[in-house]
Amino acid sequence: MRIENILNKIAYFRCEHDEHMAHGTVIIGNGIAGITAAREMRKISDERIQVISIETPYFFSRTALMYVYMGHMKFEHTKPYENWFWEKNRIELVQALVEKVNPEKNELLLSTGEQIKYDKLLIATGSKTQYFDWKGLDYKGVQGLYSFQDLEKLEANTPKPFQKDHPTKKAIIVGAGLIGVELAEMLNTRDIEVTMLVREGAFWNGVLTPSEAAEIGHHIESHGIKLMFESELDEVLADDSGKVRAVRTKKNEELECQLVGITTGVKPNIDFLKNTGIESDKGILVDEYLETNIPNIYAAGDCAQMREASSGRKPVEAVWYVGRMMGEVAGANLAGKKTAYKPGPWFNSAKFFDIEYQTYGNVMAKPEDKQEQYFWKVKDKNKFMTIAWQKETNVFLGINTFGIRLRHEYFNNVLKKKMTVGEVIGGMRIANFDTEFYSKWDKALKNDFTSETGIEIREPNMLQKLLQR
Amino acid sequence: MKNDTLKKLGLTLFVIAVTVFFSLSFIVDISFKDKDVSSLLEEKNKGLANIVSTIDPAPAYQMPGALRNAFNQYNEVIVNEYGIKDDELKNFIEKLDSDASKFDTSAVQSFFGKDDFLTTKFLENTSWMIGRDWQNFDQFKNSINDKLQNVNKAVVSEYGLGAEKQDAMVLILMTVGAPDFLKTGLWAFLIFGLAVAGGFIHFIPLWRKKPGIHNDHIHHNKSQTRQWPAIIVFVCLVGFYIFLYHYPHYLANQIALLKPLSENMSGGAANQWFLYGFMYTLAMFTMGARMMIKYRGNMYQQVRTVSVFFFQVAFAFTLPQILTRMQLPAYDLKSAWPLEYSFFFDYRIDEYMQNGSLGLFLFGWGVVLFAIGVPLLTYFYGKRWYCSWVCGCGGLAETVGDPYRHLSDKSLGSWKIERWVVHSVLVFAVFMTAWVLYTAISGDSELLGINSYSVRSTYGFFIGFVFAGAVGTGFYPVMGNRVWCRFGCPLAAYLGLVQRFKSRFRITTNGGQCISCGNCSTYCEMGIDVRWYAQRGQNIVRSSCVGCGVCSAVCPRGVLKLENKTEDGRINDNPILIGREGVTLNL
Ligand SMILES: Cc1cc2nc3c(=O)[nH]c(=O)nc-3n(C[C@H](O)[C@H](O)[C@H](O)COP(=O)(O)OP(=O)(O)OC[C@H]3O[C@@H](n4cnc5c(N)ncnc54)[C@H](O)[C@@H]3O)c2cc1C
Ligand code: SF4
Repeated sequence: MRIENILNKIAYFRCEHDEHMAHGTVIIGNGIAGITAAREMRKISDERIQVISIETPYFFSRTALMYVYMGHMKFEHTKPYENWFWEKNRIELVQALVEKVNPEKNELLLSTGEQIKYDKLLIATGSKTQYFDWKGLDYKGVQGLYSFQDLEKLEANTPKPFQKDHPTKKAIIVGAGLIGVELAEMLNTRDIEVTMLVREGAFWNGVLTPSEAAEIGHHIESHGIKLMFESELDEVLADDSGKVRAVRTKKNEELECQLVGITTGVKPNIDFLKNTGIESDKGILVDEYLETNIPNIYAAGDCAQMREASSGRKPVEAVWYVGRMMGEVAGANLAGKKTAYKPGPWFNSAKFFDIEYQTYGNVMAKPEDKQEQYFWKVKDKNKFMTIAWQKETNVFLGINTFGIRLRHEYFNNVLKKKMTVGEVIGGMRIANFDTEFYSKWDKALKNDFTSETGIEIREPNMLQKLLQR
Repeated sequence: MKNDTLKKLGLTLFVIAVTVFFSLSFIVDISFKDKDVSSLLEEKNKGLANIVSTIDPAPAYQMPGALRNAFNQYNEVIVNEYGIKDDELKNFIEKLDSDASKFDTSAVQSFFGKDDFLTTKFLENTSWMIGRDWQNFDQFKNSINDKLQNVNKAVVSEYGLGAEKQDAMVLILMTVGAPDFLKTGLWAFLIFGLAVAGGFIHFIPLWRKKPGIHNDHIHHNKSQTRQWPAIIVFVCLVGFYIFLYHYPHYLANQIALLKPLSENMSGGAANQWFLYGFMYTLAMFTMGARMMIKYRGNMYQQVRTVSVFFFQVAFAFTLPQILTRMQLPAYDLKSAWPLEYSFFFDYRIDEYMQNGSLGLFLFGWGVVLFAIGVPLLTYFYGKRWYCSWVCGCGGLAETVGDPYRHLSDKSLGSWKIERWVVHSVLVFAVFMTAWVLYTAISGDSELLGINSYSVRSTYGFFIGFVFAGAVGTGFYPVMGNRVWCRFGCPLAAYLGLVQRFKSRFRITTNGGQCISCGNCSTYCEMGIDVRWYAQRGQNIVRSSCVGCGVCSAVCPRGVLKLENKTEDGRINDNPILIGREGVTLNL
């Protein structure tokens, strides 16, 4: 291993001073997927690595865009690595747009007109806002929230912090998902009146159970956000100068606003790959090694779609964690260490204004056949959870938790071991990840759970020993 | 009232209070009445009272000059009376008949008297001249003339008011000379009350918010982003420290405000340290209240804030006053060596020795605290038990300094500097203490040719005043609230070594849940790049971590938890991020 490294280093050194320099690996996209791949590769190999990305010169955390707008952080703070990091690790950063990929010639065409050759290619171009074909999306004041440029646009479209005399006083957010809530929270800090158009009858009800959706809905409303359920956008209306002045809903209501935020989801950002021979569906189709139909071209992150998703997982999962895990796998494969992408139990997290949300395993918005769910809430507190399990076997399926922090390691273990819901709840004291001195809730949960479902709680002693190191 | 209005109102009240406070130095006259002054003077200096009482009333900022003039005047009288006058010396020299070899002990004794104070001092200064070869008599004469000043200085020290006593006397006289209306407590109540009220009004908007994280607009706020309001605060704070340490007499009127409180607590008059302690405690109270409001719903933050405030009020402020009242050494029982760097100084040791079993207890307590208490508690709870639950410096940082916590530098470079500097201070503190102890035990003030007193005063100036005071607090608005704790505190360095290598404390990272957003790093007052660890699934075990818990509070994904657990698994240098099968290769 070590010798190989040294040989690689020598080869790299030679190449650098050689006419026929090795092209090495090129990664398109400096998001979490592309950057994790580059770092992972560098851990294993000494090949040349170039990362080409258009959005920003350096990797930043997209998930933190909201905090920049709200003044919790400066943009500088969203960069997980200092600027010297890249040169030190010999990861070459190029800020440019890739316009075309030519797999036959192993070549990329940049918007600058430059052509770049590669030996191996990773496409990690992420997502972009998904717009439906509503009328009036071109008007000034209509925007999505995905990129750094979107953030700049939002700054231009809304009052500066503490500014009083700005025309933008009301905003409509179309679509109630995670980004929609974040946008609502952001606009709230600039004193903009926010109304969210929710197509369904409850908040994010494709993911949350009805009880959860109701709780979260109330909480969002308690922050002064108006939720309009069963409302769909029909058309954006503008004044003579082309600035947004209102939206019309499908029910023909006209709602005054100066800003329209479109947060109806994202879709893989792969238009530039059309007619390249790289197979795609919603996203770029990849096998379990994250390789596309063309050898030596890989894809990872939001833009990738698994040909066969593993059980309990979706083919496209546009979340940070998946980008990171795919990046690790892609990086290993690019470095020649064949590694399959096998995601473990699903997990995710978010925050709805003041309520933190974590999920482990699968809790269906509407339980499937033979699945049971139990919703439990700490009295008078914004703390609640839904626990799901398999009917007859009592095997634990997953948990959604709100306002209560739980240990990832614990649930990863119990899900993999297919433990029963009684055992899982029995270990809640270990699973609890709340800050010290927070009041303990696990006893109450255990009592309520048993008395309502009749399922016996089993304190898992062995597990306890294993985990409570 | 509207939030904006309240904030402006609160700020205005506070600024008024601060302005009135400082203007006392400029607009309120100090004057001396004979009886007040003479009661402060030693019997032999009663004559000074006459001169001082002729000084015209003047504002505090002019008074030190006037007093020093009066002291000089008085000392001239003293020299005239007890010192060697010019013609006296002339006579003496004439007696030597232009023959330097006639200058010896007996010549001096016969002229000035045998056991006279003057004789002793004269000889002390001139004995080296006896029996020397002089080129000519004039050279001898000049030398002896030169020494006249020294002798008279000694005379002034003995009978008048020596230079070394003047600073203290200026302060004492001025505090007494402050007008009576300031000393009733009413003005203290008005000024400090207004400042606190301003603060509380300013916090009402925060109170109106729901429990949660309240970091909105911090990076939009001029006073929190090193812009002009921050610079004003910075200048005021540093200025205050410089005056407090070096020119406290300009604060005489302000000190006088607290006369009734001081007399009730310790039985003695207030001095600049009492004023400082009072304001320190009051600032912690007000900003502590802000902390309590800001972190409603976060029990860890609330309990911790109550704890630091309790230790400030009870241990740092009240207890020393009570001890003084009982005529015992005033000692802050929670302050451990080497932060309490004078703990082993000779005058402190003398103090313990003079106070029988209680003095012995105080000494024993201090030794047990740093030798056993500190490492043991740090083993169980981490350094936080001291730094963010007990310590006064930490307490100020966590309350008054909280609005500035994001200003600490998170770069790798600053971490390197931090480790060098803070450990150097620890080494410096240990050596200084050893030096001073050596002096105390052997009576020998020199070791390796270096004087222990100069080591001590160097430390006192650079570490005690510049670093801990002016930089430590004054720099809050520009470098964050833990500059001292991070770069300068020798106790923090010591606690940190224990925490890093032998402790149950760590910040656990919650599996793979980190989204690298950076809130934790941004709000780490110690400049730890928390995210670096969190995003690799690694526990945070860092010597500098004071366990304030704010990273955990601001994390939007519930990734961080401060805990004390068994040591295995605490440090994982090659972490594996939970989330997928197959192991990450660690090279
Ligand atoms: C506001 C917001 C909040 C979010 N919060 C969370 C959260 O809390 N938790 C969570 O799990 N997920 C969250 N997500 C989703 C998460 O950010 C994404 O899943 C993740 O960033 C995707 O990473 P990626 O590397 O696949 O792509 P991206 O981060 O999108 O990176 C792709 C990069 O490639 C560049 N690029 C694209 N095409 C080209 C081209 N042709 N040439 C050159 N460069 C190109 C893009 O400009 C971009 O910089 C959030 C997303 C947003 C927008
Ligand atoms: S605040 Fe939490 S999610 Fe954000 S970087 Fe820190 S640990 Fe990760």
